[in-house]
Amino acid sequence: MTDAAVLAARSQAESSAPPLLEARHLSKRYHFGKRLLPGSGKIVHAVDDVSLAVFPGETLGLVGESGCGKSTLGRCLTRLYEISEGELLFEGREIGHVGARQLKPYRRKVQMIFQDPSGSLNPRRRVADILAQPLRVHGIRPRAEIDDRLRELMDLVGLPPGYLDRYPHEFSGGQRQRIGIARALAMEPQLIVADEPVSALDVSVQAQIVNLFADLRDQLALTYVFIAHDLAVVRQVSTRIAVMYLGSIVELGSTDTVYGRPAHPYTEALLSAIPEPHARQQCERIVLQGDLPSPISPPPGCRFHTRCPFADDRCRTERPLLRPLDDGRSVACHYPRTEVSRTAGT
Amino acid sequence: MALTILQRLFQMLFVMFGISVLAFLIFFATPGADPAARIAGRNASPETVAAVRANFGLDRPLPIQYGLMMKRLFVTRDLTSFVNRGQRVIPQVLDAAPITLCLVVGAAFFWLVGGVVLGLLAAALRDSFIDKASMAIALVGVSIPAFWLGEVLNLVSQSRFHDTWLFAWVPALGYKPFWSDPWMWFKTLLIPWISLATLYIGLYGRVLRANLVEAYQEDFIRTARAKGLSPGRVLIKHALRTSLIPFITLFGLDFGALVGGQALLTEVVFGLNGIGRLTYQSLQTLDLPVILATVIYASFFVVMANALVDVVYVLIDPRVRGS
Amino acid sequence: MIPPVANPDPTDPILRVGGLTVSFATDRDPVTAIRDVSFDVNPGEILSIVGESGSGKTVSLLSILGLTDPRTTTTSGSVIFKGKRILELPDREMRRIRGREIALISQDPMTALTPVYTIGMQIAEQIRAHQSISRRGARKRAVELLGEVGLPNPSEMVDRFPHQLSGGMRQRAVIAMALSCNPALLVADEPTTALDVTVQAQVLDLLRRLRKDFGSSIILITHDMGVVGEMADRVLVMYAGRVVESGTAEQIFDDPWHPYTWGLLASIPPLRGPRPERLASISGTPPTPANLPPGCAFAPRCRFRFEPCSNPPPRYKDDGHTALCFIPPEDRPRLRATVLGGERSAA
Repeated sequence: MTDAAVLAARSQAESSAPPLLEARHLSKRYHFGKRLLPGSGKIVHAVDDVSLAVFPGETLGLVGESGCGKSTLGRCLTRLYEISEGELLFEGREIGHVGARQLKPYRRKVQMIFQDPSGSLNPRRRVADILAQPLRVHGIRPRAEIDDRLRELMDLVGLPPGYLDRYPHEFSGGQRQRIGIARALAMEPQLIVADEPVSALDVSVQAQIVNLFADLRDQLALTYVFIAHDLAVVRQVSTRIAVMYLGSIVELGSTDTVYGRPAHPYTEALLSAIPEPHARQQCERIVLQGDLPSPISPPPGCRFHTRCPFADDRCRTERPLLRPLDDGRSVACHYPRTEVSRTAGT
Repeated sequence: MALTILQRLFQMLFVMFGISVLAFLIFFATPGADPAARIAGRNASPETVAAVRANFGLDRPLPIQYGLMMKRLFVTRDLTSFVNRGQRVIPQVLDAAPITLCLVVGAAFFWLVGGVVLGLLAAALRDSFIDKASMAIALVGVSIPAFWLGEVLNLVSQSRFHDTWLFAWVPALGYKPFWSDPWMWFKTLLIPWISLATLYIGLYGRVLRANLVEAYQEDFIRTARAKGLSPGRVLIKHALRTSLIPFITLFGLDFGALVGGQALLTEVVFGLNGIGRLTYQSLQTLDLPVILATVIYASFFVVMANALVDVVYVLIDPRVRGS
Repeated sequence: MIPPVANPDPTDPILRVGGLTVSFATDRDPVTAIRDVSFDVNPGEILSIVGESGSGKTVSLLSILGLTDPRTTTTSGSVIFKGKRILELPDREMRRIRGREIALISQDPMTALTPVYTIGMQIAEQIRAHQSISRRGARKRAVELLGEVGLPNPSEMVDRFPHQLSGGMRQRAVIAMALSCNPALLVADEPTTALDVTVQAQVLDLLRRLRKDFGSSIILITHDMGVVGEMADRVLVMYAGRVVESGTAEQIFDDPWHPYTWGLLASIPPLRGPRPERLASISGTPPTPANLPPGCAFAPRCRFRFEPCSNPPPRYKDDGHTALCFIPPEDRPRLRATVLGGERSAA
């Protein structure tokens, strides 16, 4: 069952424990276009044959530019979206294609946090009601303990308990995100999938929430999948990183390995493109040409070859698979940068 | 773009088929009522009822009944009225259709132009007297039934003040075909048009004003102003064009309602022998074949109007054109 | 009567903003969104205005362009562009400056273009608003401009509608439009915030090239300290409608004076080097213009506040570097070290 891709998905995980959540060859396709005329429908491969393992206690950062499929993948991992193909295992049990009833315990253990929490906070209900509802519905706590639990939740996310009587619109963006986090925590989850949880916030508030994520992980022994386009934020919170491009993972490894010496040309370009405050003496930037190709008709061979400065004929025809390198990470590239520079160096 | 329009026309045919089936079922498959007896009219002899039954194939299965009915409506066009002793129905409907068409299209023209002008003025002069007055017009307009307004206009222009210089030009009630006397045609229809359009001008002006005010919050309006364009150009070329989309949606809906409702009573009030008046008369005598024919023809008209609105969409908004 | 100002000189600042104050009418009392903002933009210079949402960055730029709603907004102070006081100009004359002399690049390329016209038409429209040129000539110029900003296949792109282009391509089209009349000053409001990093790199590259090739002055509004570090010659840090610190990019990054700037710089997670255990965040949230604290607006969130902070702070000035803060110059290095030190000791 454990083929090469599944093994590659485990690269550089610190724990030897079995994965908490594992995706095997997961794909998500959308059909759209004119279905009246047969054969003219179009298919978007939003997530294309992704294998990924999340180990207990780690924070897996999922990065990539808009349209790379990271949000769709996040939603597939929480089963908010139906999976077109592949397996999804939670604690070793297949949950990718089971019905709502068998999914219910899993729904509790895996929570999702979104970019803009206001959309999911009912404006006509007080914070106390919003937080208490999941406790009641899932019967997580006896009724008598709910009030105490609410206060505990507010304390966890750093809000005064007096705010329980307020309505969502009375809060600032950062405070609303704290409430969104509190609601996810109310279910006592093991895994939290956070989709761009800080990208709508101002820098100074963003740092507060990033710190909060770290504190909660330590206090509650949580596991995160942290999805964001801001590579600096992801570096700050993640233990491992998965870089996505056009629906596939192109590089996967520990944060320090990937950021320290990116192996995939795309990761390298992505990192070099980030402007830095003290960048006046920055090293040579790789400016990628062109735009992201359409996921409806992705290029053949390596999907990155249209923008890759190092692509050759092999890249244009043969699609590289995610494979482990000597330094422990996995990369989907025929000519990983680390190997190239090593041969060049010797 | 052509493909999008073609697709829309295909959908239109599909909807028309659905409507014809639905109308047919309501008339011929209502449980507990004998359609033959109703077609034959009140106090019909048993022989007439039997003749109707044979004539319409009412003793045969429903799909065949439907096929026969459609054939008589659209192919042979020999549907006859039993109440009116064998009068052909379809020619009646076809004679009446242009009158209704003139009435509603003319009224629509008035209310669209009036609505756009009022909306532009109200938006350009926000919070001014004109803005507030347009609000009052809208309120009054939507609360006055068109047939009542028609009666009042009739009263004023036909009897009370007919002899004054103001209304001396108003011709007697009735319809003059456009081809025989265009000026007369215009004069007979002007007051009906106004009474129908009043209902909508204010309302449409307000809707457009709201859309325009909203458009002024958009980034692209800021861009247009930052380009150094004149306020008039920003309003007409950038704000109006994008604000017309909801305006036209609303028009598609109201136009349908107009054909089905307000136009019927307006025709009666102004003595115009259109589809509305025909329906009105056949309802009074319970002349089922005529009602069926007018219902189906009128609903086709509404469907076509809506298809036309969608085609207009494609023309004004490039985003709905297929790539 | 507009009082004459000194003759323009090529080395004089192209734009001088002095004591700009903007307030909005609300249902209750008028609210002052920006207060006493002053700065100069020199020819060929990139001035960056940084600040968080609600700090008044965008409002100050809109009032410079005269794009605020006169029914609800009152503006005072002076804005002198090329020696002309432009706040007092009648609308007709201001329109001649807008788009021709000062051009705007908006934040979100998705919404900055009118959706129902081709980009070529929108560029040609701006050219024809300011120059007497034929339709065909304007279109030809639009194709040239699209090529200049690096859009592939410009003669085909000119007939595309905005929704048919990607975000990066749209932002290039917006920039092409802004450049169409060779403006002396480009005002870019968060021009790359809506873009992906690789596309952002392309657009920043383009802006830098424009400055080099055409000598345009650029006001770059952003919340991203990284973009500032990479682009700006001089920096204005805004907080709650005021300029809390200003200076050259070196001054701001190497020796910032204001505690808000310290926090802003320290709260960005680093991309290389050791990762701090915790980020040095600024506690609390920015105030809204309607409920500004008396005295220093940053005081409630400032960890160094002391008694004087309940009074309006003075502006320290030295060698073009200014800060709106009570902390005396000699105390700054020691206090700032505690911001950085807190970070280090935790790591």
